[in-house]
Amino acid sequence: MSRTLAILGVQLRRSVLVALQYRVDFVLNAVMAVFWTASSIVPLFVLYSNRKSVAGWTWPEALVVVACFTMLKGCLSGAIQPSLQAVVEQVRKGTLDFLLLKPADAQLLVSTSRFELWRTSDVVSGALVLVYALVQLGYTPSVGAVALMALLLVSAVAILYAIFIVVISLAFRFVKVDNLSYLFMSIYDAARWPASVFRGVFSFVFTFVIPLALMTTYPALALLGRLAVTDVLIALATAAAFFLAARVVWLRSIRHYTSAGG
Amino acid sequence: MKRFGSMFAGLLRVAFAEAVAYRGEFIVWFLATNMPLVMWLLWSTVAEEAPIGGFGPAEIAAYFIVTLIVRLLSGAWVVWQMTEEIRSGTMGQRLLRPLHPFVNYCAENLAAFPLRLVVLTPVFIFAAAYVGGGFTSSWAQWALAPLVILGAWAIGFTAQLLIGALAMHWQSAVSLMDFWLGLYFVFSGYLMPLALFPAGLREAIAWLPFPYMISLPVQTLLGQIDTAATLRGLLVQSAYIGGFLLSALLVFRAGLRRYQVFGG
Repeated sequence: MSRTLAILGVQLRRSVLVALQYRVDFVLNAVMAVFWTASSIVPLFVLYSNRKSVAGWTWPEALVVVACFTMLKGCLSGAIQPSLQAVVEQVRKGTLDFLLLKPADAQLLVSTSRFELWRTSDVVSGALVLVYALVQLGYTPSVGAVALMALLLVSAVAILYAIFIVVISLAFRFVKVDNLSYLFMSIYDAARWPASVFRGVFSFVFTFVIPLALMTTYPALALLGRLAVTDVLIALATAAAFFLAARVVWLRSIRHYTSAGG
Repeated sequence: MKRFGSMFAGLLRVAFAEAVAYRGEFIVWFLATNMPLVMWLLWSTVAEEAPIGGFGPAEIAAYFIVTLIVRLLSGAWVVWQMTEEIRSGTMGQRLLRPLHPFVNYCAENLAAFPLRLVVLTPVFIFAAAYVGGGFTSSWAQWALAPLVILGAWAIGFTAQLLIGALAMHWQSAVSLMDFWLGLYFVFSGYLMPLALFPAGLREAIAWLPFPYMISLPVQTLLGQIDTAATLRGLLVQSAYIGGFLLSALLVFRAGLRRYQVFGG
């Protein structure tokens, strides 16, 4: 465990050094991320200037979902997507072999190889949206509610990570999969809205197939103190299942991996 | 002129073959453009509770299906190509060719249109069945529709040329594109019908290029505006296209003076 943390620390430090070299880009990207968060709130704002509540969600409540979405997006595109994107490149070039030879778990090395630190601005702006929403609501969540939300967000990160590991495992079979992660990001965008706006088939798909509801709506409900205990358990169990399944898929594909270069 | 014509036709043929060769990526791009569908789901839930700004569920459906079509037909991508070529130096090869690089890019973009039409066929059939009577019944509007869609593409294309040309002066020009895209999504009518914005803001938006890239073609196809308004929109489109193209040419020429290709 301490070895895992040590590796994580080294990899993280390397990313910090890279970020320090491109300072202007860092600031520019961070500003752009805030701009994107703001622009993504505009439809919601227009919607709620016409309406008091939609599908059982008021404006500040819907903002809590947006906040969860934005913070998760920061984790996804800052910590998960870049390194796994890099794997696809390494598979194509055949340089993944060098990594597989290293005396540490390959999945760990692969998934921590690159962090885009400017994405932390997403986490910060998400947190600001959250605070604003709570002030609008005039609601102070209990410590337990905040802890539960944090726990559910962590399990959401686990689900996202698992989905990306599976996508990357596909790269061992079909080399060109960077488009798939692009496709997934576009689907993830739907998590910005409270899950109850989706009806019928889509409500099923977004809860069970790609569990977007679990990722953003559940943490928001937990913070608002409206999430049933069974739902919490379902969310945690799903996250654990996704994580383990991804590990199995990864181990199987790495065993079948025949290098490109050699 | 004749020589230019045959050269351009040749470029179109090559670019078309290229587009067909990369059809897989094309289809993924189509699938990834699912935002109008998500917006359709969202706004139709809203409209089912009560019509919003005159839009009931049927009008919302028509609006977003047509938005999807317009977006997929009018998308341009030249800025990513340009910034990449400028950074990597492959721009040098383009500069050696007898035609201006912009002409090359234009051919590459235009050649993708037939393929887009083919891939979009299921969407067209779905739209015809689902929207049906929602489309405009005016022949004049139908005749103008291809022109406004082409204009919508051309605004995006020339704006991207300008941003791409800026990349010769400034390495991070591509973040400008992010900025442009953010404004485009919000103010073009891509995420919501512009009619839902407050009136004052709507008037301000009308001065921006964005409503002429989605909202104008969509409203033309759905008959939400009359022929005179469409013609006025075409004029605005041409003004923006001219302005962007001219500035792109100037910025590009100024950029060439200081641009040095590696390894050339």
